[in-house]
Amino acid sequence: MAEANFAKFDTLSLHAGQHPDPLFGARAVPIYQTTSYVFRDTDHAAALFNLERAGHIYSRISNPTVAVLEERLAALEGGVGCVATASGQAALFLGIATLMGQGGHIVSSASIYGGSHNLFTHTLPRFGIATTFVHPRDTDGFKRALRPETRLVFGETLGNPGLEIMDLPAVATIAHKHGVPLMVDNTFATPYLCRPFEHGVDLVIHSATKFLGGHGVAIAGALIDSGRFDWEASGKFPTLTEPYAGYHGLDFAEEFGPGAFIMRARAEGLRDFGATMAPQTAFYILQGVETLHVRVPRHVANARRVAEYLTRNPAVEWVSYPDLPSHPDHERAKKLLPKGSGSIFSFGIKGGREAGRRFIESLQLFSHLANVGDAKSLVIHPASTTHQQMDAAALKAAGIGEELVRLSVGLEDPDDLVEDLSRALRAAQPRRMAAE
Amino acid sequence: MELRVQGKTVYAATGGKAFDSALPAIVFMHGAGMDHTVWALQTRWFAWHGRSVLALDLPGHGRSDGPALDTIDALAEWVFAVLDAAGAKGAALAGHSMGAFIALEAAARRPERVRALALCGCAAEMPVSEKLLNAGLAGEHLAYELITAWGLGRRAQMGGAEAPGTWMSGGALRLLEHGRKGVVGIDLRACDRYKVSAAAIQKIKVPAVLVLGSHDRMSPVKAAAPLAAISGAKTIVIDQAGHMMMIEQPGRTLDALRTLL
Repeated sequence: MAEANFAKFDTLSLHAGQHPDPLFGARAVPIYQTTSYVFRDTDHAAALFNLERAGHIYSRISNPTVAVLEERLAALEGGVGCVATASGQAALFLGIATLMGQGGHIVSSASIYGGSHNLFTHTLPRFGIATTFVHPRDTDGFKRALRPETRLVFGETLGNPGLEIMDLPAVATIAHKHGVPLMVDNTFATPYLCRPFEHGVDLVIHSATKFLGGHGVAIAGALIDSGRFDWEASGKFPTLTEPYAGYHGLDFAEEFGPGAFIMRARAEGLRDFGATMAPQTAFYILQGVETLHVRVPRHVANARRVAEYLTRNPAVEWVSYPDLPSHPDHERAKKLLPKGSGSIFSFGIKGGREAGRRFIESLQLFSHLANVGDAKSLVIHPASTTHQQMDAAALKAAGIGEELVRLSVGLEDPDDLVEDLSRALRAAQPRRMAAE
Repeated sequence: MELRVQGKTVYAATGGKAFDSALPAIVFMHGAGMDHTVWALQTRWFAWHGRSVLALDLPGHGRSDGPALDTIDALAEWVFAVLDAAGAKGAALAGHSMGAFIALEAAARRPERVRALALCGCAAEMPVSEKLLNAGLAGEHLAYELITAWGLGRRAQMGGAEAPGTWMSGGALRLLEHGRKGVVGIDLRACDRYKVSAAAIQKIKVPAVLVLGSHDRMSPVKAAAPLAAISGAKTIVIDQAGHMMMIEQPGRTLDALRTLL
C-alpha cells in the first residue's frame, strides 16, 4: 500500500469510461444511435428529470456512446467530468455561458484561434460580454486587464499560430487571486503532451476534431472541468452558487461540490443551447483517442525533423517552433511540454505573400486546407484564411505576418515530407534566388 | 441549510426541499474526509418523496465549522444535538463507512430517537494502515490517492459512471483535496480506534439494512458479518461495487436504501 495504483495514461486512452457491452460482450464501444431511453415507470422518469437519479433521458443531454468519450477525456486530462460538444467552438461558448451573462468580461490571450477571436471580438459583445486581449507572454498584462466584472481568463496551451506558450502557473495564480478561473484550449498539445490542470488551469476545452480524432472525419469538441475551482469562495458565479429556477431551485455547488460546473454545463447548457455531439461522432473520436499515445510521439518526431530542415533552408526567413532553442518560449516549453511541443508550427517564407501562394500551390503531400492535427500533413496561410477577419492591428498583435505559413505535420515518412517542402520552396522563389 | 449546534455552524444539505420536521427525517452521514455531496444521488430522491433530509457535513468537513471531532462516540452524541437543532425528535440514520460507525453507535446509545438504520460500506472494525494514517494526519496528497484508489471498486476505477460524463476517480480525489488539511487523518484515526461491540449490537432494535459492495476492499463483505447479528437486519450486496457504492452505483444504492428508509 505504498502508493496508489491508478491506471496509466496509455491504458486510460483505451479503456476509460467503458466496460464490455453487458448484453452481447461487444469489446468496441457500441454506437447507441438513439434519441431517447425508455423509462422504467413514471417515478423513474420524474426522478431523472429532477436530477434525483442519474441516467440518460434524451440524447441532446446525454448519450451512452458520447458518455464514454466524455469520461475518457476527463480521465486523460485528470478532471472530474466532461461535456462533449458539436465542435470546439461549441465547447468554448458553453464554458463561457455557464460562467457569465450580460455584463461579464473576459481577459484573453491575443494569440488564439481566429474563430475564438471572432467570438470574443464580434459576437459576445452582442450578448453584453466584453473581452480584453493580452499578449500571451505579457504575464503582468493579464493582471492589468482584470476588472471587477471579469469572470474568466482564457488562453491556449500553444498559441495560434505563433506557438507562444503562456506561463500557465503564473497566469493561473493571477486569475485565482482575482477569484476567477483560467480556461485553456489544449487542442494543439493534447493531454498526452500537456495536462493543464497540473499547472493550475481550471477548465480545458478541445477541438476534438484535431489530434484527439486524428483522422479528419468528424467535427467535435469537449469541455472538461478540473473540479478544483472554489466557486463558493469566489462569490462571483451565481449560476453555480445560487438557486436555479430552471431546476426547482437547485444550487449546483451545494448539491454537487467539485462537479458543480460540469453538471450545470450539461443540465442547462446542453438542454437549452443544444450544441450536442452525435453518437456517431463520439465513436469516430474514440477510435482516435485509443491511439493518441502512439500517434502524438510520431507527430512530434516528424515535426522536429521538418522544423530542423526548414531552419537550414535559405528560402526560409524564420521558423517558430518551441522545441527549437531559437523560440522565445523554448525554456518554458521544456517545463510545460517536456515530451514535445506538438506538430503544428509556423515559418516565414522569403518573398512574402506571393512566395507563400506559390509555395502552397506547389506542395503535393501537404494538403492546403483549414484544419490541423490530422494524420496527414496540412498547410495554410493564416493571414488570408483562418485569421482573415482580423484587422491589421489584431494580426500584428497576434504575430501573424503575410509571410507566415502554418504547417501541421502528419504521420508520413519524414523523408517524403522534407522532399515535398524542399521542392515547393524551390518553386516558390524567383529563379535567381532558387539558383543560389 | 445551516444549523447552530453547540455554538458552531453545521451545514446540512436538504435535497433541494426545505427541511420539514413534520415529515419523517433521514440523516445522512459521510465517510472519512468526504462531505454531504457523496449522497447527492440518493438524498434528492428522498427529499422529493415525502421525507425530510439532512445530509450533514460533519464538524470540520465541507461547510461546517471545525474542529473535527476525533472519536466516534463524540460524533454519535453530536448527531442528537443536530437533531435537536433541527427540531426533529427522531430520524432514520444512514451512514457510509465512518458515517456508518456514527449511525450505529448513535442507534445503540439512544434507540428511542432512531427510526431505522442504513449502514453502507460498513464493518465491525476498520483498521487503518499506519502509512495511510500518518499521510492523512500530515495532510499528504498520498492519503487522498490511497483512499481514492482503494475506495473505488476495480470496475469503477475504469469508469462507467451512471452520471453521464463524470470521471469518478477525479471526483473522489478532488473532494478529498477540498477537505481541510489533516482532517481525513483525524477521521481515519477515529475509525481505527473504534470497534463495534457485541453490546452495542444487542442494543439496536430498530429496522436495519447493511448495504455492501461485493468488491469493497476497504470494508469487505466478510468484515460486515458480525453486524448481521443486529436484530432483523437485512444485507444487500451490490454486485461489482466497491466501498464508494453511492457514487459507483447510485441507482442501486438508492434502491437498497429505499427498502427501509
